[in-house]
Formats: sequence, C-alpha cells, structure tokens
Amino acid sequence: MRIVNHPILTFPQQDMVTFTLNGQKIEGVAGEPIAAALHAADIKVLRHSHERHRPRGLFCAIGNCSSCLMTVDGIPNIRVCIEPLRAGMVVETQEGKGKII
Amino acid sequence: MITTEILVIGAGPAGLMAAIHAAEAGARVLLVERADRLGGQLIKQTHKFFGSKAEFAGERGMDIAEKLINWSSDVSGITIWKNAVVLGIYPDGVVTISHEGAFCTARPKKIIIATGASEKTMAFPNNDLPGIYGAGAVQTLMNVHGVLPAKRILMIGAGNIGVIVAYQLLQAGVEVAGIVEAAPQVGGYRVHAAKLQRHGVPIYTSHSIQLAHGDSCLEGVTISKLDEKWQPIAGSEQYIAVDGLCLAVGLSPLTELLWQAGCEMKFAGELGGYVPLRDANMKTTHENIYVAGDVSGVEEASAAMVEGKLAGLYVASVLGHKKDSFTKEFQTAKSQLAALRSGPASVKICTGLSKVVLEEVG
Ligand SMILES: Cc1cc2nc3c(=O)[nH]c(=O)nc-3n(C[C@H](O)[C@H](O)[C@H](O)COP(=O)(O)OP(=O)(O)OC[C@H]3O[C@@H](n4cnc5c(N)ncnc54)[C@H](O)[C@@H]3O)c2cc1C
Ligand code: FES
Repeated sequence: MRIVNHPILTFPQQDMVTFTLNGQKIEGVAGEPIAAALHAADIKVLRHSHERHRPRGLFCAIGNCSSCLMTVDGIPNIRVCIEPLRAGMVVETQEGKGKII
Repeated sequence: MITTEILVIGAGPAGLMAAIHAAEAGARVLLVERADRLGGQLIKQTHKFFGSKAEFAGERGMDIAEKLINWSSDVSGITIWKNAVVLGIYPDGVVTISHEGAFCTARPKKIIIATGASEKTMAFPNNDLPGIYGAGAVQTLMNVHGVLPAKRILMIGAGNIGVIVAYQLLQAGVEVAGIVEAAPQVGGYRVHAAKLQRHGVPIYTSHSIQLAHGDSCLEGVTISKLDEKWQPIAGSEQYIAVDGLCLAVGLSPLTELLWQAGCEMKFAGELGGYVPLRDANMKTTHENIYVAGDVSGVEEASAAMVEGKLAGLYVASVLGHKKDSFTKEFQTAKSQLAALRSGPASVKICTGLSKVVLEEVG
C-alpha cells in the first residue's frame, strides 16, 4: 500500500510504469526501487535461501544485507531494494544462486 | 586513473561535512556515494533533531540533509559522484570504484572514510521471515518511497531509533502493536515515548521476543517477560498477531574498507562493534586514512557532522590548505564535540572512545 495522507510528507502523484513479476503484470513508480513497487503491490517474498529454500524478503532496504536478491532482465543477484524500476522490466523470483550464462 | 587530493567515501552527514570543510580550505575533493542520492541516513528522518544550534537542532533530519547537500554543491572544489561504490583500497594507494556501472581507479593523496553503519539483527527462530525488517528499512520504505511496510507492526527496542520509528509508523497510518524492550526502562527520547503512550501504544519493558510465526510471511510473534537476570519467565508467553516486525536493536559500523586497507581495529561494544583506532584528529593507524561518523563508532548525526568537519579541516591542513581561521575553527569544533558528549546519555560512548582514541597513532 502507498501512503496517501501524511502529516509531514507529501508524495506527489508520479508516473506509473508496468513491469512483470514471474510473468504477472504489476504497476510501480518509475525510478523507485523495485522492492518498493513490489511492497506497494503487497508482495513481500522476494527469493528463497540457497540451501533450505526459506522465503526471504527485504531487511535493510539500502543495499547492505543481500536479503533481497532477485533476477532482473535475466541477470541474477540484483539487490532489488536499490535497483530503480523501469518500464517493461522482467523481474523473477530467484531460486538458488542464480545462473550466470 | 583519477587524481584528487582528498577522496571522501560516503555522503552522509559526516562525509558531506568533511568534503565541504576540506574544499572550503582550498583542497580538491572527490566525494563518492554509492546511493543515487546524497544525505545518508538523514534523508529518511522526518523528526526534529535534538542537540544545539550549531548542529541544526530543532530541524528535521531530512531538512538538514538538504542544507548540507546544497552547501556542498555551492562550494567549488568538490566533485560529486553518485551511484559510485568504493570497492577496495590497495597497498599502493589505488582505490577502485564502480561509478554508474563503470570500473575506475583513483589515487588520492588522503582518504576520509565515512561509510556509516548497518543494522543489526537478532537471533530467534524464524528471524528471516519476510515482514521482519530493520528499523532503517521501515523508515526508508515509508519516508523516502511512500510505501507502507505492513498494516500492523511490533517494534523491538525502545532506544531512540525504536521510539522514533514507532512514532513515524503511526504518522504513516500503520498500527503499532507495541514496543518490546528487554531493559526494565525505556532508553529512548522521553518526548517520543510519551507521544506513543498517549496514542495507546503499549510498551513492554523487561520483555523480549521468543520466536516469530508464519509460513511464507510473518503472521505473529511470541514475546515473554524477562526476570531480573534477563531470562524468559516460563508461562509468561504472549502471542501478538502482526504482519510486520521492526528490529531497532542497534547498528554496527560499516568497516570493510578499513579492514581491507589494514587499519588497526579494536572491538568496542559501546560503539557498535569493531572500530578503527585513531587519534583526536580522526587519523587511523594508516598514514593516509582518516575516518568520521558512524563508521568510527555509532553515535548520532550531530557528532557525525562535527567529526566530518574536524577530519575535513585537518586533512586539508596536512596537505597545505590552511585557512587563517584554522586554529579557531578546529578548536571550536573540538569543543562542540566535547559538549555533545558531556551528558549522562553519552557515558557509554565516552567509555567506548577511551578504548580507541589514542594520543598518537601509527
Ligand atoms: C531512525 C533513526 C533516527 C535517528 N535520529 C537521530 C537524531 O534524532 N539525532 C541525531 O543526531 N542522529 C540521529 N540518528 C543517527 C544519524 O542518522 C546517524 O548517526 C548519522 O546519519 C551517521 O552519519 P554518517 O555520515 O556517519 O553515516 P550515514 O548517514 O549512514 O552515511 C554513510 C553513507 O556512506 C555511503 N556508503 C557506504 N559504503 C559506501 C561505499 N563502499 N562506497 C560509497 N558510498 C558508501 C552510504 O550509502 C551512506 O550514504 C538517527 C538514526 C536513525 C537510523
Ligand atoms: S534488503 Fe538488504 S540488500 Fe536489499
């Protein structure tokens, strides 16, 4: 969900773009981190851990912890908490360490 | 190879002040920041700061960030790189940087490291479930990006960050289920704790989290009461249904570059973990490396700004850029820092500093 009313901050209406998560179409604000767009769409599971396949989400949101790795436009291990969203991005949940071709 | 007199790594309050003061003294500075905006932690802080006028007390963190950013762009002599991650510092003095995705190298005469800190987590079963965040992450999501982290959140930790972020969650429209604090009393700012209590947010002192529940995402947590030895009391368990858990249990300095460069490090729990040994001018045991801000010990933005100023002025002076007012400005900054650390809340910080600030280093 996005914040609509806030006593201190204003969030002006911004350009929405469409991207896909595992093939499903989702809208987000151009330039915001992919993780913010996913959270706004109520999607919190971003990947599964390598060995025990446990669900993982956002933890630090500033690129410090690597909890949020996903495959973006075919490239694995992207920290989606700091990767800006662009129209048409193909975002996928990453299983394991990700394949580097 | 890029040449510059001073490389400042990190553009939070410490790095910005260091770059500004070094450049104002006449040095050429390259300021690199890995994020796509400057300001470090300040940009997400919507609350008014405490402290004294000299460190912008009474202003909101995000407004202080804007002032410092504008100031840095007004000073000639500073080159600013955003989306620039410093990757390594090598024995021959070469620094490797990934700037806008391109690899480059620099050979600065002096380096000021101001990389800040990263959030700590806590050990309890299921602490990796999606929906469990560091307090800074929650702030970033809601205050920078305008996105709500959850509908109902429990906060762990009633220090300054815990009470401030809990209040900011209320402002954003999130229900705060309570604050859990292991100590018998609230450690954070009274004003914020009082505001929370007026909003009916329960503060569970002498309590801690036992485990988190949930399948693919967080659904609830079990907390229990602690005895005077901080051990959980059997039978006191309580389930709280929440879809968000926020950990405000401290920060640890982001010191990788210092380790890699071979600076001598020492553990000081009071300062958040391992920090570099340094002298009162912020010089580490490495001839060319200085530090400022949370990376040299987790404190507050006010102290980070003054440390940045000290490091900036001093490093510029070492390179021969000494303003007429150097001695006066430097001494004023030193007394400001001493004043910031004089209150009862700073006893812990001072104990930590006494272990790592040396008369003379290297
Ligand atoms: C919730 C909260 C509330 C707070 N409230 C207050 C308050 O009321 N008053 C107060 O005085 N302080 C407060 N603080 C503390 C204050 O924000 C910090 O102490 C201060 O921001 C530290 O400044 P810094 O410049 O050392 O680090 P930071 O602000 O963390 O900046 C470090 C910068 O370095 C960058 N960086 C890191 N590694 C690299 C690299 N390898 N290459 C390039 N760049 C890099 C980071 O992206 C970041 O921008 C609060 C903090 C939090 C989290
Ligand atoms: S959430 Fe920590 S790196 Fe993305």
